[in-house]
Amino acid sequence: MPDLLDLSIAEAREGLDNGDFSAKEYTESHLKEIESANKALNAFILETPEKALEMAAKSDDRMAKGETGLLEGIPLGIKDLFCTDGVRTTACSHILDGFEPPYESTVTENLWNAGAVMLGKLNLDEFAMGSSNETSHYGEVVNPWRRDGDEAKLVPGGSSGGSASAVAAHLCAAATATDTGGSIRQPAAFTGTVGLKPTYGRVSRWGTIAFASSLDQAGPITRTVEDAALMLQVMASHDPKDTTSVDVAVPDYRKEMEGKVKGMTLGIPKEYRVDGLSEEIEALWQQGIEWYKDAGAKIVEVSLPHTKYALPAYYIVAPAEASSNLARYDGVKYGLRVEGDSIDGMYENTRAEGFGAEVKRRILMGTYVLSAGYYDAYYLKAQKVRTRIKQDFDEAFKNVDVMLTPTTPSPAFAMGEKSGDPLEMYLNDIFTVTVNMAGLPGISVPAGMSKSGLPLGLQLIGKPFDEGTLLKAGQVIEQAAGELPKPTKWWA
Amino acid sequence: MQINEATVKKIAKLARIKVTDQETKSLEGELSSILSWVEQLNEVDTDDVEPLTSVVETTMKKREDVVTDGGYAQRVTKNAPLSEDNFFVVPKVVE
Repeated sequence: MPDLLDLSIAEAREGLDNGDFSAKEYTESHLKEIESANKALNAFILETPEKALEMAAKSDDRMAKGETGLLEGIPLGIKDLFCTDGVRTTACSHILDGFEPPYESTVTENLWNAGAVMLGKLNLDEFAMGSSNETSHYGEVVNPWRRDGDEAKLVPGGSSGGSASAVAAHLCAAATATDTGGSIRQPAAFTGTVGLKPTYGRVSRWGTIAFASSLDQAGPITRTVEDAALMLQVMASHDPKDTTSVDVAVPDYRKEMEGKVKGMTLGIPKEYRVDGLSEEIEALWQQGIEWYKDAGAKIVEVSLPHTKYALPAYYIVAPAEASSNLARYDGVKYGLRVEGDSIDGMYENTRAEGFGAEVKRRILMGTYVLSAGYYDAYYLKAQKVRTRIKQDFDEAFKNVDVMLTPTTPSPAFAMGEKSGDPLEMYLNDIFTVTVNMAGLPGISVPAGMSKSGLPLGLQLIGKPFDEGTLLKAGQVIEQAAGELPKPTKWWA
Repeated sequence: MQINEATVKKIAKLARIKVTDQETKSLEGELSSILSWVEQLNEVDTDDVEPLTSVVETTMKKREDVVTDGGYAQRVTKNAPLSEDNFFVVPKVVE
């Protein structure tokens, strides 16, 4: 029997259906692996082994009765931004200490209804604000990858660093994640995993702790493109509880990803050739273009003139929305409370102690740009720039089916390397953030290795609700890149 | 755009976050540099451009104005740091 931890979801489903192993055995092998690896990686901040085994046993019962869901018996890690009924949910913030939601998020509900098993809750940057998973109240997540001949700890990217690290280290079959400016795709690129950010409105945001409501979207981190299709199939739904969830039928993604890219037109946005783009990223991108040429796709250059304005506009829109969303953490309804000499004093003390430095910085930035006299100059201006960014994409997508870009400007960096300067950290999202600003779907697929022996990813950007084409095109990279190395288990 | 100490203190007050003098100092520099960086947006011509309010064209759904959920105050107040008889308890606000 192959090592159960190495199976893709699709392979595991087959093994479970054939009775090669039970859901209980499959879940147990993951629990054992978490036990031995999590101390070093800090990917899980809450393990729920009892719940996992109970869910796996029920899954075995259902399979015995022939009631098999799409993710029946598949053990998953859940980013700690998704509310889970009766299971502590913290967004990795001190301010949500001990919060046990009395409800289940729509995304996780969909997953459990499809038979999936919860292994536990995954680490992230506090309130998903970060690109390195160094801002979590529960400590940094460690990337399972190391540079060749170097033991320095690397970041897994963020904010879904726990999700990416756990999937890359085979601690779970797949994980849920969320993406506001690149938080699924950037950590996927840093860890050699597949990360899919769906079209805004494709996946319900209900029960997912909000960061920036007009940008947030949940999606999966997996080890194969097919697994991303399977996860999205279940995570996506129309949800009356989220008014921005779109009432469009969820297609059969695995069917949509069949077929060839021959005859497809692939766009290369010229503005992504930024100054100082490293040689190896440039070479990887060029390699990707060659792969699509070989597969029979037509390659055309496209122009997205407002690309350079996406990141500064994002750093107005996201903090503004965050300052509003995070106003609810006041020491009254849940979590931490620090007493003061008045009600305002209690609010101020609670929020001073409960939020970390990056979260405070963004709340203050957001409060500033929304404050009287500044709204038009900042927030309104940024939302108008956003229209320009979207118009760029609308125009370019008249001539192309999908676009190819690098996911990140560099491979994973070392801990502490970029945490001193917020602006330098923000530049990590330069290639991913435009997609959120325009509400489009994007996927990062592992495409090769850096000179230092670290994984690198390429990003595909699709038309709204055309995740099927994105997945189909993603397989071209996956197949052409072939079998890439796995991280050495230095933690074992 | 330069932000001074008084402005940091004012927005911290608006955001109900207590900041120390040292935090105020570093926030002055950090927020100023982020604000100078976003100033490049002024290069973009946004005359006659509507602000983006929705990334996907949809019409807002309406529903019947009826109660569809609720009736479990105990569950709602369960996570409160301080509660009494299913009410949230806050420091005294009216003398």
